[in-house]
Amino acid sequence: PGAARGSLLAAAEVLALDDEEEDLEVFSKDTSLAEVNSLSPSVPISPLSMINQYKFEDEPELRDLFITVDDPESHITAIETFITYRVVTKTSRGEFDSSEYEVRRRYQDFLWLKSKLEEAHPTLIIPPLPEKFIMKGMVERFSDEFIETRRKALHKFLNRIADHPTLTFNEDFKIFLTAQAWELSSHKKQGPGLLSRMGQTVRAVASSVRGGVKNRPEMFTEMNDYMETFSQKINVLDKIAHRIYKEEKEYFNEMKEYGPIHTLWSASEEDIADSLKGVASCIDRCCKATEKRMAGLSENLLPILHEYVLYSEILMGVLKRRDQIQGELDSKVDAIANKKAEKDLFSEEIGKLEDKVECANNALKADWDRWKQNMQYDMRSTFTSVAEKNLRYYEECLATWESFLASQTADLHVEEDSEDRP
Amino acid sequence: MEDCLAKKMEITVSEAEKRTGRNAVNMQETYTAYLIETRAVESQSEGQCAPVDSLWRRYSEFELLRNYLAVTYPHIVVPPLPEKRADFVWHKLSADNMDPDFVERRRIGLENFLLRVASHPVLCQDKIFYSFLTQEGGWKEMVNETGFQLKADSRLKALNATFRVKNPDKRFTELKHYSDELQSVISHLLRVRARVADRLYGVYKVHGNYGRVFSEWSAIEKEMGDGLQSAGHHMDVYAASIDDILEEEEHYADQLKEYLFYAEALRAVCRKHELMQYDLEMAAQDLTSKKQQCEELATGTVRTFSLKGMTSKLFGQETPEQREAKIKVLEEQIQEGEEQLKTKNLEGRDFVKSAWADIERFKEQKNHDLKEALISYAVMQISMCKKGIQVWTNAKECFSKM
Repeated sequence: PGAARGSLLAAAEVLALDDEEEDLEVFSKDTSLAEVNSLSPSVPISPLSMINQYKFEDEPELRDLFITVDDPESHITAIETFITYRVVTKTSRGEFDSSEYEVRRRYQDFLWLKSKLEEAHPTLIIPPLPEKFIMKGMVERFSDEFIETRRKALHKFLNRIADHPTLTFNEDFKIFLTAQAWELSSHKKQGPGLLSRMGQTVRAVASSVRGGVKNRPEMFTEMNDYMETFSQKINVLDKIAHRIYKEEKEYFNEMKEYGPIHTLWSASEEDIADSLKGVASCIDRCCKATEKRMAGLSENLLPILHEYVLYSEILMGVLKRRDQIQGELDSKVDAIANKKAEKDLFSEEIGKLEDKVECANNALKADWDRWKQNMQYDMRSTFTSVAEKNLRYYEECLATWESFLASQTADLHVEEDSEDRP
Repeated sequence: MEDCLAKKMEITVSEAEKRTGRNAVNMQETYTAYLIETRAVESQSEGQCAPVDSLWRRYSEFELLRNYLAVTYPHIVVPPLPEKRADFVWHKLSADNMDPDFVERRRIGLENFLLRVASHPVLCQDKIFYSFLTQEGGWKEMVNETGFQLKADSRLKALNATFRVKNPDKRFTELKHYSDELQSVISHLLRVRARVADRLYGVYKVHGNYGRVFSEWSAIEKEMGDGLQSAGHHMDVYAASIDDILEEEEHYADQLKEYLFYAEALRAVCRKHELMQYDLEMAAQDLTSKKQQCEELATGTVRTFSLKGMTSKLFGQETPEQREAKIKVLEEQIQEGEEQLKTKNLEGRDFVKSAWADIERFKEQKNHDLKEALISYAVMQISMCKKGIQVWTNAKECFSKM
């Protein structure tokens, strides 16, 4: 009969989701990560915090840089309103003048940091930043949920950089963590300006048209193929997870109304009033358990899947940049292919480009392996946690109904006994 | 309940069949016919099975039977029929009367109806009911010959009585309120239950999408592949499990629906009481006024305003002979009226007594049945939770191996 009725949510329908859902940001509730007083996130406070931290092959005890992002504050000026976050750093590293820093940063500053890191390490995988704003969503730009979600993502972003063997020693990163607001502003103004950065982008786009595909090592073609499929799948998973959350929410809403009807009914009954009230309380408890299950999704699965959606874009970008670097070498080599005489003239230049390509390839390869390992870990722990949450949900509901059933059948036995007596 | 038919005879509605035929205006129609099988219950020691008798009936014949019983036994809370059209559907269920699941649930409902009637101490003895079960041809004519339709009270009359009756038995008034409340709360419950079922279906089915994506993803993963693939399989199992779960819940909904319709039967008994009481009150009022008229004519005094009084004042009094004749007629009417009133009073008291006995029987049955239904609901929830635990335990293991 089920097959005949068919699934309302056949594959095609699930994937054809509303526009809204594509940009829907994640709602999240406050979790242990926001424990302001606990400034050393290295020691896992709870299983949840362990899962939410970006775990690395380095053991937590070997860490020497601890960062927290908290305390969002809004600032209103004549021109604009914006939010700053407090960034607290504790370190034992020699290259830091002090062992503790506290600064305030706004989203723009994080964007700056990311672009500096991309500039300095074009073929390293820079962690994702939360998106700038929601296109058309149900979340207000500065709602508490939006700010909290962003705060968590920013916290993760900085910690991932701190855990990265190369990025952690980046100079701009250090400045980001330690400089006072005015110092940061003046530092930002140095270095290649906006125009030159734009120029870089134009060059990059131009060279990508030709870029390094024909001489691409097999390994990177494999990576490309992998990322194309991975990107597809992770996007679908993201949509599925959001859909599940939505369905669970609608279920929760109906359940809220379901229990009280039984209580209402019990008011006009005598004999069965207790049974009705019992059912009402079971339904209410299951309702609360559903809420917990939903929270698990929104705190854990949804953010992680979203991050990996962003990661898949980042990785496609990294692969493209590697191709561009290779492309620079290839086009130079092509240009002097027929001019034996100029080969010598340009041999130094070509040598430099060859080095550049080799560095880029090695950096990417190492970071790729690292990324894959972490992805595996994240997926394993996230989905395991989802399964756990579902298990706990069903276990709680089971206990509730079993205890109701026990109370009812105990009554029945009592009634039967009393009927037997003369 | 030694006389109860249910103990002497096994009754089942075992099959349902689609038929086409011609209706009263010679138009072609499709309908479902139900096979009623009966078999006398032999004592165990004989070890022989009596032969099975069977005949086919359609829903409209069941309706005719019930109408007959309701009119003939107005003091009895007559068991209700399963719904004519699918109501309180959650969208996965077809609202079509020809839908096989609907037909199946109706078959069960009709069997339940027959068993209820057969185990009722009064109704089971009815000859028409017995013939319904055993006599294929000519049953409809037999029912119509009883002339029961003439005994039926008009709806309008009943409605009138509801508003005008002055001294109904308080217990019936309370019972009527109860039946209204019962009807309202059960409909509300069934509506929300249907919505909850709909949402639950959604939650389970979306998880089914994991299966395919995990499978496709596993193709590009070396180490995670196996875990993903097998987890996906469990998600498929999870998604598929909801169909059976909700099918079972439909039976629970049907049990509640029966009592939703029973509320109407309860109200019918209350209405009958109101009608009889109203009748009684009208008859008493009529008698009083006739007595008064008589007195006035006899004594010549006009105590109350009446048209007769006015016209006689205007057009002159009647002759003594005319007055005598009138008094005589009235005295006859008064005597008739007093006898009628006595009968009505007796009938009324009998009705209240026997109705109340059946209502007590019904209350016990209702409490027992509803309590069992709630217990069966709990059992269903427990089974659903256990299935969920199993699936997610398996899924968790697969995920942890990723």
